[in-house]
Amino acid sequence: MNSLILFMALGLSVVLIVGTIIIYLSKDLLVAILGSAVISLIASIFFLILQAPDVAITEAAIGAGLTTGILLYAMKKTGRYEDD
Amino acid sequence: MIRRLIALLVSLYLGYILYSFVYVHFPFGERPLRGVAAHYVENGIKEEGATNIVTSIVTLYRGFDTLGEVTVLFLAATGLGLILAGMKREEEEKPEPTLIMETVTKYLFPLVLLFGSYIFIHGHLTPGGGFPAGVVIATGYFMMFIAQRSFTPSEYLLSATESFAGTLYVIVGLLGLALAFSFLDNVMPLGIPNRVFSAGIIPVIYIIIGFKVGSEMTGILLHLKEA
Repeated sequence: MNSLILFMALGLSVVLIVGTIIIYLSKDLLVAILGSAVISLIASIFFLILQAPDVAITEAAIGAGLTTGILLYAMKKTGRYEDD
Repeated sequence: MIRRLIALLVSLYLGYILYSFVYVHFPFGERPLRGVAAHYVENGIKEEGATNIVTSIVTLYRGFDTLGEVTVLFLAATGLGLILAGMKREEEEKPEPTLIMETVTKYLFPLVLLFGSYIFIHGHLTPGGGFPAGVVIATGYFMMFIAQRSFTPSEYLLSATESFAGTLYVIVGLLGLALAFSFLDNVMPLGIPNRVFSAGIIPVIYIIIGFKVGSEMTGILLHLKEA
């Protein structure tokens, strides 16, 4: 296997973990929603690496597209900031 | 300035990774398959005629599960519609969408619809299928909802498409029961693999599912928008 590509995949997984921590700590729900969209996009890249293009397409369409839309509508109805 | 530079570098990095992954072979899936998986991979094309084996598993070998999934999705959409039905909100002043957004979405929308249709029509040849295609179409509608002020598809037409497609799916399944003595069996000629008109009823089922999921998800988004 190409070691450069493996290194890049490791970099992507670091982005994945850091993004999850940012979503968890964020009080701004808009940041959390957009962060989860980015995480879905990276997860779909990982599905592509694992040779599951069907799942990658579904993850990109549902996780990065539709879920973001539904959550944005829900956020608009409820409020942007999480209060303690 | 520095933040923009970092953002540019990160997006270039992601783009390069995506580009290079297409051409790199990872040693996944090289272990010999056993049991039912081996049967699918060896006889899938011969038995069902679809070059995308995943599709023939989803729609034919495990077709009953897919019917269950479609039912779950239908129930979820119906439940959401039921909860949000009484919550019609009065029109309030919304910020005007910018000219760029309005123009771009106007020209992008037909392309998104075309891409979604491409995914479900070619479900038996390339990765994808009815479910992702329906979601892609619904995302196109979502884009129009947020960027165009006077864009509201008919709710009645959406429900009618959804119910009609769902009924048609069950009828196709019963056709298999009547003609081949097995629910959702492949009753149409298989044709030559790798052609658009091949694989028997798989394209038919995926076109039905594409319409159903697309109208269902658009209905969910429309309910949420109007609530």
